[in-house]
Amino acid sequence: MSNYDVIIIGAGSAGLPTSFFLAKEKLKVLVIDELPSPGQGQNKAAIGGVRATHSDPAKIQTCQLSLDVFSRWKEEYGDDIHFNRGGYSFPAYTEGHEKSLKDLLVIQKKYGLNIDWLDAEALIRYLPGINPQGLRGGTYSPEDGNLSPMLAAQAFYRQSKNLGTTFRFQEKVIGIKDENNSGIQIKTNKGTYNAEEVLIAAGANAQEVGKLIGVDLPVMPDSHEGGVTEPVKQFFNPMVVDIREFSGSKNFYFYQEVEGHIVFCLTPEPIIPGVNRDSTSDFLPQAARRLILLFPRLKNIRVRRTWRGLYPMTPDGVPIVDKVKDSDGIYLAVGFCGQGLMLGPGIALNLVSLITKGKPVLPEEIFRSYSLYRDYSRPSEALK
Amino acid sequence: MYRIKRHPILEVKGEAQIPFSFNGKLLYAKAGEVISSALFAYGINIFGHHPKDGSPQGIFCANGQCAQCLVITDGIPVKGCMVQIKEGMKITACDGIPELPASNEFSLGFKPIPVIDTDVLIVGGGPAGITAALELASLGTDVLIVDDKHRLGGKLVLQTHSFFGTVADCYAGTRGIDIATKLAAEIEKYPNIRVMLNTTAVACYRDKKIGVVNDNEYLLLNPQKLLIAAGAREKALSFPGCDLPGVYGAGAFQTLVNRDLIRPSDKLFIVGGGNVGLIAAYHALQAGINVVGLVEAMPQVGGYKVHQDKIKRLGVPVWTSHTVKCAGGKDKVEWVTVAEVDKNFKEIPGTEKTFSADTLLVAVGLNPVNELYDQAKKFGMDVYSAGDALEIAEASAAIFSGKISGRQIAQSLGKNVSVPEEWFQRWEILKSKPGKTSTLDIKPLESGLFPVIRCIQEIPCDPCIHICPKDMIAMIGDPIFGLPDVVKDECTGCTLCVAVCPGLAITLADIRKEGPEGLVTIPFELLELNVKIGDEVDAVDMDGNFVTQAKVEKITKRKVYDRTILVTLKVPKEKAVQITGFKIQNPQISEPIDAPATSCIDDETIICRCERVKAGEIRKMIRQGVIDMNQLKILRCGMGACGGKTCQSLIMRIYQQEGVDLCDIIPFTLRPLVAEVKLDMLSGEVK
Repeated sequence: MSNYDVIIIGAGSAGLPTSFFLAKEKLKVLVIDELPSPGQGQNKAAIGGVRATHSDPAKIQTCQLSLDVFSRWKEEYGDDIHFNRGGYSFPAYTEGHEKSLKDLLVIQKKYGLNIDWLDAEALIRYLPGINPQGLRGGTYSPEDGNLSPMLAAQAFYRQSKNLGTTFRFQEKVIGIKDENNSGIQIKTNKGTYNAEEVLIAAGANAQEVGKLIGVDLPVMPDSHEGGVTEPVKQFFNPMVVDIREFSGSKNFYFYQEVEGHIVFCLTPEPIIPGVNRDSTSDFLPQAARRLILLFPRLKNIRVRRTWRGLYPMTPDGVPIVDKVKDSDGIYLAVGFCGQGLMLGPGIALNLVSLITKGKPVLPEEIFRSYSLYRDYSRPSEALK
Repeated sequence: MYRIKRHPILEVKGEAQIPFSFNGKLLYAKAGEVISSALFAYGINIFGHHPKDGSPQGIFCANGQCAQCLVITDGIPVKGCMVQIKEGMKITACDGIPELPASNEFSLGFKPIPVIDTDVLIVGGGPAGITAALELASLGTDVLIVDDKHRLGGKLVLQTHSFFGTVADCYAGTRGIDIATKLAAEIEKYPNIRVMLNTTAVACYRDKKIGVVNDNEYLLLNPQKLLIAAGAREKALSFPGCDLPGVYGAGAFQTLVNRDLIRPSDKLFIVGGGNVGLIAAYHALQAGINVVGLVEAMPQVGGYKVHQDKIKRLGVPVWTSHTVKCAGGKDKVEWVTVAEVDKNFKEIPGTEKTFSADTLLVAVGLNPVNELYDQAKKFGMDVYSAGDALEIAEASAAIFSGKISGRQIAQSLGKNVSVPEEWFQRWEILKSKPGKTSTLDIKPLESGLFPVIRCIQEIPCDPCIHICPKDMIAMIGDPIFGLPDVVKDECTGCTLCVAVCPGLAITLADIRKEGPEGLVTIPFELLELNVKIGDEVDAVDMDGNFVTQAKVEKITKRKVYDRTILVTLKVPKEKAVQITGFKIQNPQISEPIDAPATSCIDDETIICRCERVKAGEIRKMIRQGVIDMNQLKILRCGMGACGGKTCQSLIMRIYQQEGVDLCDIIPFTLRPLVAEVKLDMLSGEVK
């Protein structure tokens, strides 16, 4: 039986960066994933936006940490993850949206976000081609950005492996046994491993893995669909988030990544619960209409591919990052609600600190927002 | 101009009168012509340059499967091989990443995406799709056929040669192009068959709908039963230089030459000795294009022997146990280097030979186009497949395969029919690979008039036994797969058997007259200006070996010969049974040239054409232990316009070379769309 300092269940958005930062602290880490290679769960389905522009203080501060990691990655480690500090913009076409976006600026600025309201004319400069009819203006946060989820996942994986992390793919965890002061035993379909601490970062499978430790995790996946176009010459930089509601969809967001492809995704209304990841015929017409309404020139671009990814949702839209009470050292990083990519590195830094120092990087009163034991009936976040 | 002016089989129709421009220059196209062919007609074969490395891009599949032929029309990138020229079209090369045209037009609104219900949807209007539709329609079922081309017939419309198979089941002895016309005419007879041409099936969705797109709109089709008869796509081959303009599929070549009557080449080289490669060589000769040679890696060609014999007799060398090592040239193919391979297909150093050629055709096999079938199956649709989409075989087998599928679907819809057992047996025979080859055993005769049959390889074919008015020819062994032989001595010299044999394997020997000389009559399908009465020709035997000089005595054209010309040679009597044809091509074409100074580096070979990923980059990741092809996507292979359709099998081959068990490999994840679709189409924007 092999012994590790930490075993991570899940080589995805949270597991990969955590394994890397733990390995940097010279810890002996094993990562187990049932899929054949890193980042093959929901991570690769992310469209690539990374924003600190949230309304929940814990998310704001966590994503600021993530942005810091992503933006310096190439310089520090050499891998190009296609990070582009293109900013985020939430345009407003109704008085109500203008008001709610402006109201949020107060808390966002309080936590140090570089964000402002731009009037329509100023916003159009950042979003050339946006439909000006009825445009009231919008927020613009230049320090947010985007990157390639696939390149980032592979970069975390490679660097972590170089530091000595062991990865076991195509292996399914079937048992977790807390051995009372003598570590934790992980049983898989292929072997048994021991560790001082275990991190459950099982994404859309969180509930299933939670059952192995007798915890009913309130994480229910639903699915969102995304798409990508052919590449065209760069003509806008920010991720655009259209918060209007249309028949069949709520939020709609898209950006042009560094190679010129437009990547887009929408939040279906009503939600599509479950883990099925096959495309339905509804999505493309809905997304196409929203893209054209917002950016008429996009009518001439061709869609190349579509896919679905799962949002492992918690009742209040906030992830669960916590140590399981009464356990020897079982940690959770689950329920990222579709924001695993952007929260991942920030959460990883907090977990490393929790594991090695007993406390998170973020102020504890803020980090508490991620508690497993919180009241999930609190009002859900203002900005999703 | 690179247009074919005269063709022995095809009618050259229409004038290039439709004005369009390319990079600002005024040019003219024929009505209905696709962009790629209209450009080739002016010798324009570089359509743009790749954004990643500036490499020249041209056609590759000419079948809408890849995306090498992108051009910009009126500001919008399109596949040149699929879009017809319209008057005044402004086309520019696609150099680098295209700029999206600015648009200040706001949408007038969107209409709901039309959903069309149908009993049966058939994707693909080739031989299998058509016969399935005919079977279903005759049983009273409503059928919708969608096809991405501008006419029905699939790849039959590219075939100038007569088909094999059986006369009774699949028009054996008729030229492919004419089979297409006959089948399309049959379709016309049924009001319950609806045909949507120029319509590409782009996706199969979980809600059991098929998304299709044409010039005007995006539609969702909602069939009770689905038949995928989408045919095949050509396998690619990777070698240094494989990405140069001028290297393309044999099917692409046939499209240019036989559908669009373009002469894209002067000196052609072919890799692959299956029927597709052998026939492409023959089609080239018919179009007046020199064929430098054909290489096949196996010790024998995989195609029909009669197809091989035809091109060898006309003077095309066929080198077996040889492969292409590399191709080169500035911006397009100028030379091809081949090498001999050992029994493990390893190149034997020192055996390299280089030839001057301007085009290299890749004809190394076909893969079924079955993505939609797999998706539909996964989503629990009642889906069938037929023709090449089911199993790669001859069009004659596809015709029969479609008929069987049609009957099966009718049965599943509650029609009181079933598939007779003998249909399956017949289909098995029609799709069988060539069987054993016997030795040619023809004894020289001293006198008489008789057909000489050189059909010594078992293939499914029977027109000769049905055509003889005296029933002199009979099949020995299986009535379809056996070998025909002359069983009576009652020949009247009608020559019908000579003209009908799809393999051109029958001649008529006439040694009735006194004296040292006799006559031999040979079928000929090239332009008659290649030969005239009184010419001295190099007469050859079945395999193309020189036998004797001979004089052209007579040239006979008859309607019943269907564009085949019969050439009668005066030859020494004792050689009359041996002579099977005469050489046309100048042997100097096939002389090797000095090897070019450039070196061929395997690791530099382009594997993913869409995103220009090199073999070396992929090999490096494989050596690091990557078994999930989705991980290779960080190099961007599989992420391009074609979605891995071209490179997946090439990557598999690298895995094989590296000694990785292919069972361990995780293939690319399949996702819609099969082809790119414009957003305004998908949105249902009101025009």
